[in-house]
Amino acid sequence: MAKKRVVSTTINGRQVEFLCEPRQTLLEVLRDTLELTGTKEGCSNGNCGACTVLMNGRPVVSCLVLAVETEGAALETIEGVAPVEGLDLIQQAFLENAALQCGICTPGFIMSTKALLAENPDPSEHDVRFYLSGNLCRCTGYDKIVRAVLDSARKKKLAAAAK
Amino acid sequence: MSTVEHGKAVEGPNGNGKPYKVIGTRPIRHDGVDKVTGRAKYGADVRLTGSLAGVVLRSPHAHANIRSIDVSAALALPGVRGVVIHKDLCDPGNRMLELGEGAVNLRHLSNNVLAADKVLYRGHAVAAVAADTVHIAEQAAELIKVDYEVLPAVVDVEAAMLPTAPLLHVDLLTDELGQTATKPSNIAKHFRFESGDIEKGFSAAKLVIEREFRTATVHQGYIEPQNATAHWNADGHITVWTSTQGSFTVRQQVAELVGVPVSRVKVIPMEIGGGFGGKIRVYLEPVAAILSKRTGKPVKVLMNRSEVFEGTGPTPGSYILVKLGVDAGGKIIAAQAYMAYEAGGYPGSPIGAGAMCIFACYEIPNGRIDGYDVVVNKPQTSAYRAPGATNAAFAMETVVDEICDQLKIDPLEFRLNNAAREGTRRVDGPVFPRVGMIESVEAIKNSEHWQTPLTGKNQGRGVASGFWFNCGLKSAASATVNADGTVSLVEGSTDIGGSRTGIAMQLAEALGIAAEDVMPTVGDTDSVGYTDVTGGSRVTFATGYAAYEAARDIQRQLVERAARIWEVDPKQVAYEQGSIVGPGGKKFTFKELAALVNKTGEPIIGRGAVDPEGCGGAFATHVVDVEVDPDTGKVQVLRYTASQDVGTAIHPSYVEGQIQGGVVQGIGWGLNEEYFYDAAGTMKNATFLDYRMPTCYDLPLIDPILVEVPNPGHPYGVRGVGEVPIVPPPAALANAIAHAVGVRMKQLPMSPPRVLREILAKKK
Ligand code: FES
Ligand code: FES
Repeated sequence: MAKKRVVSTTINGRQVEFLCEPRQTLLEVLRDTLELTGTKEGCSNGNCGACTVLMNGRPVVSCLVLAVETEGAALETIEGVAPVEGLDLIQQAFLENAALQCGICTPGFIMSTKALLAENPDPSEHDVRFYLSGNLCRCTGYDKIVRAVLDSARKKKLAAAAK
Repeated sequence: MSTVEHGKAVEGPNGNGKPYKVIGTRPIRHDGVDKVTGRAKYGADVRLTGSLAGVVLRSPHAHANIRSIDVSAALALPGVRGVVIHKDLCDPGNRMLELGEGAVNLRHLSNNVLAADKVLYRGHAVAAVAADTVHIAEQAAELIKVDYEVLPAVVDVEAAMLPTAPLLHVDLLTDELGQTATKPSNIAKHFRFESGDIEKGFSAAKLVIEREFRTATVHQGYIEPQNATAHWNADGHITVWTSTQGSFTVRQQVAELVGVPVSRVKVIPMEIGGGFGGKIRVYLEPVAAILSKRTGKPVKVLMNRSEVFEGTGPTPGSYILVKLGVDAGGKIIAAQAYMAYEAGGYPGSPIGAGAMCIFACYEIPNGRIDGYDVVVNKPQTSAYRAPGATNAAFAMETVVDEICDQLKIDPLEFRLNNAAREGTRRVDGPVFPRVGMIESVEAIKNSEHWQTPLTGKNQGRGVASGFWFNCGLKSAASATVNADGTVSLVEGSTDIGGSRTGIAMQLAEALGIAAEDVMPTVGDTDSVGYTDVTGGSRVTFATGYAAYEAARDIQRQLVERAARIWEVDPKQVAYEQGSIVGPGGKKFTFKELAALVNKTGEPIIGRGAVDPEGCGGAFATHVVDVEVDPDTGKVQVLRYTASQDVGTAIHPSYVEGQIQGGVVQGIGWGLNEEYFYDAAGTMKNATFLDYRMPTCYDLPLIDPILVEVPNPGHPYGVRGVGEVPIVPPPAALANAIAHAVGVRMKQLPMSPPRVLREILAKKK
């Protein structure tokens, strides 16, 4: 067993230092060491998107990132999406549009949606489908997820206009 | 449904003119916030102090005898705490156990959990290790030496039925129409359903079409892999945390396999990341339990994705032959099917259900169905959404379509002309009560989709129908009235798609309170009454029924309490729309009386326990438009509309969701998904990259049409909805492809190379 390393990151806005072996993935450290189990594991080889988190603002599948690679990075997980009180508008839209059944894919979809809307605040249905094609959902047939993402965009625009 | 109705979801209409306050509305689900914030705890999220990690060693061979297993090197590795093999389980005997959506032979189940003297498929579990970390456990598993005598494998149903095929079980004697055969074979069972006289029927027919079909093994594809954490306490009590479709069935299976009474096992159901029939039978739970017994510590075992593909139960590949005879007007006179389903390593494919469903959409005056359950060197099959019915519908609905084409009959008119209706007798015997086949066809006929012509090049439209039984089974619920006018509901159905809300809504409706005022919890096996699996499209029907009964029980007690407070005869008091009314204009609202309950006597707890008949079968008719690329064979789905008789839609969003999800699984099954095997019986595509399920980029929106024909067998008319949506899609797609490019696909999946091959063959 290789020696453990200390890694310093920012997770959901807080400075976090953790110990990990070089072979450990970010997903494993998030879930097992840091107890951030909201990030889900569906395949561990980059094909389902359930483990999506944001690393320096960009979506990554945390099962394909080694934990040691996150030295100095800013990470955001599903646990950091909601404000102190209430929910983020994306989370609200997922609930209102019944965009989850079992919910195991939901954290990953919400993280990808967050990244999409940061890049493109006004996506078309096609944009949404293209951007989210790395996230698998086996329950919903995606219909209500796509609607929820479009609804999130609209909600964010309304909220921005109201400010 | 084809336009995006932003923001309307929350206070949707309680449509269809129903006389209900809560039913038909779309409240936010009670577990919603936990699931969008990452707080909900699924099976893999369980963390117990001092727990060990377990890893399962699996067979690299599809068929082999186990000569010996040497675990000494694994045990010697620092950090390893224990190793178990088959003999650490207890022999449950050669008995059948009903799991709710199919029964299992307990000895086979035990052999499937850890192989005894023989492995029957690649991925078959052989041994398991518990260690301080999962990395150590993985390393230790590699150190276990298994001496295999490799045997020839057979992974295809037709090959397995040949007399020359390698035998999986030397003691498997075919149950041949009720007689036990004398020589072993891979055919576990051959049965026959018959009605009328098919010879006569076919000879009177104007047109007879006979076709052969083949379908590949496919997986449920739930995103959350199997998992189990178990703690075998020093007092002999075992606690199991797992994500399952049925905590009580897990309890029973674990008890049987480790040899303790059921009361010694407590199963705590965690949130479950999809199941679709695949999370009913146990794999890891008994292994985690005996590892915990061996080590004295809690043990957590998780599967990875390839273990899920290779080590859990997919749904069978099949061979089906359908022969259909109609008169000049297109009325079915005779129908015959020969169906052989792969069971996997042990008998028990869903051939029985497939055979009962294949002709169920139609009136068949003369019919015969022969069914074969065949073992092959593939994982033991499990239920998958309407198990057995999708394979069958692919065959039958394609032949129906060909007949419509040849006789130039509109496919919807054909269905209306031949539809099963109240009083229709299925070939296997049962007579239908009031059912909605005709309504599901008419809804498509009236749909905007059907009435909009399709004109593009290489585009085609296909129609198909499907049937699934649904089931009732046992459910229990209890509900406590709180002083603030709310009700805490505990029910036993693990919730995969929002069912706790659908159940809470039925309780709320019966009490005349708001859905938000009911707090539903899914109980563990020590805190709620026995409840069968979440499967068979039964939960909203049966557990909803139990919640309704619990509400009625609360009503009775509230009436009595009000009478006591008012000092009148309870006969003078009634429960009316959320209020308790007595003589002389006396009245309490539910909330007012709830506040008085604990001040005026004993707590009020309602109980509901049901085993309802009358679940009512479900029918669906789908229409799909596709465009086929003639150069690559790729099929693009352009538009999809699915109509279904849903009984009463309690929470319409989740009913729509069931239909949309089922349709897309059916599209995946139809167009892409398949287990690829090499000659040695190794699955070559055990990842989500190569076993390709539909992504959102592959699909259009899916338009559901909810046809509400209330089910007389339920107080609110609920009918199971979850399974039948997967049944029609492969056939509907095949028919659409035929109309787009003129080739009839007879094998699933209709992947680009297969479609292209047919297109090129036709050109020649
Ligand atoms: S778990 Fe990382 S992509 Fe599936
Ligand atoms: S809601 Fe179950 S996988 Fe998406």
